[in-house]
Amino acid sequence: MIFLQVAAKDLRSELRTKESLNASLSFAVVILLLFSFAFDPSGEAVAEFSGGLLWLVFAFAGALILNRSFARELPNDCLEVLIASPVSGAQLFLGKSVASFVLLLAIELICLPIFGIFYNITWTPKFWPLLGIFLLGTWGMTILGTLFSALTVNLSLRELMLPMLLYPMMIPALMSAMRLTTILLSGNDIGGDDLVWLRLLIGFDVVFTTLALALVETILVR
Amino acid sequence: MGKNIRLGIGALAGLLLLRNLYVILFNLPDEMEQGPIYRIFYYHLPAYFTAMCCYMTALVASVLYLTKRNLRYDAIAMSATEVGLAFAAVNLITGMIWGRVIWGIWWAWDARLTWALICWLVYFGYLMLRQAIDDPSERAKNSAVLSIFSFVSVAITYKAIEWWRTQHPGPVLSFRTGQQLIDPEMERMLYTNFFALLLLAFVMVTVRLNQENLQRQIDGLRRRAHAL
Repeated sequence: MIFLQVAAKDLRSELRTKESLNASLSFAVVILLLFSFAFDPSGEAVAEFSGGLLWLVFAFAGALILNRSFARELPNDCLEVLIASPVSGAQLFLGKSVASFVLLLAIELICLPIFGIFYNITWTPKFWPLLGIFLLGTWGMTILGTLFSALTVNLSLRELMLPMLLYPMMIPALMSAMRLTTILLSGNDIGGDDLVWLRLLIGFDVVFTTLALALVETILVR
Repeated sequence: MGKNIRLGIGALAGLLLLRNLYVILFNLPDEMEQGPIYRIFYYHLPAYFTAMCCYMTALVASVLYLTKRNLRYDAIAMSATEVGLAFAAVNLITGMIWGRVIWGIWWAWDARLTWALICWLVYFGYLMLRQAIDDPSERAKNSAVLSIFSFVSVAITYKAIEWWRTQHPGPVLSFRTGQQLIDPEMERMLYTNFFALLLLAFVMVTVRLNQENLQRQIDGLRRRAHAL
């Protein structure tokens, strides 16, 4: 369970400085505000693309959190020390993924009521299934994002490269999460043909978690 | 590979493509419902298969690089991806032309089309990542991992017409449907053109590999010159 200690270390350090948390949260609110200029936010059609809006906000905010995941360790060569420590690459990666997951989920849970107020969306009756979708979608985004954060950590253009690699690759998860969230925010239940999206989301999480854990050692060892 | 062999295979591919073009334009009849535009399929589908073969080659070469750490495999993965992207672009463009004639729009946000585009963007990201890393072994290692991840999108693109109800025509080839849905002569031509494009892709990959080897030699010489 060393990964939990790594996650706790990352969370502690983030909560002390709050650098990516504050930036990510304010960025999310700004995007929520900007969307309101693109269409009529009081219209009834908002529910039909509410999932899409919400997950775009999460994806943009997520990139900020994920960018910091490994970059946080660059000052004072902390990353080299972590890699040289007896902690395995998979444990280190899992710990960092869990920390980013918790941070991103917190931001999502703050954004949801703000979104509900701004766009007149009732989300409370479907909170628990929504939380389930948030957990699955966020895990997919974090696992892939943390891996790409490790891939791009030494690049001078990492702030640009991470979203460029991450967004196209996470489309299956994003697409499924958007669709399922829209269904729930429109007041419907997930069932019938929509289950294919749920299966895709779970499949994405399983496939990419397995691949990431299998390959992360290769990335971290220099 | 020797220059002459490469030239020979290239000439064979060129001749075969010319012969196929003649047969497609003058010997094969129009399709009953679509008319003459259906002929674009003889390039659209084989280009897609060729791109798939290139991505598959990149996947195998990437796995081999990670296990053997030989930079030659990295060069193969990179060359195959670049050529695969070119063929995937042919696939996308021919599909758009067909869509404009049959559907009346250049682009439909249909699952198969969208996935083909996502796949293209994912592999384009692979090339961008390569450009951003200077150290050859670091570049090879990181891009090999990314190539393995990228292949998931290829698998999804392949299955997209089965998983989602799409506007894109469903599978027609007998090896996928288990029955003869199109005229055997048309199906034969699809395979023949696929073979010709595959030969062309092979030549392009070897040319690119050759360039990469020369680049490595130049880099080595430059390092030696700096050391002196």
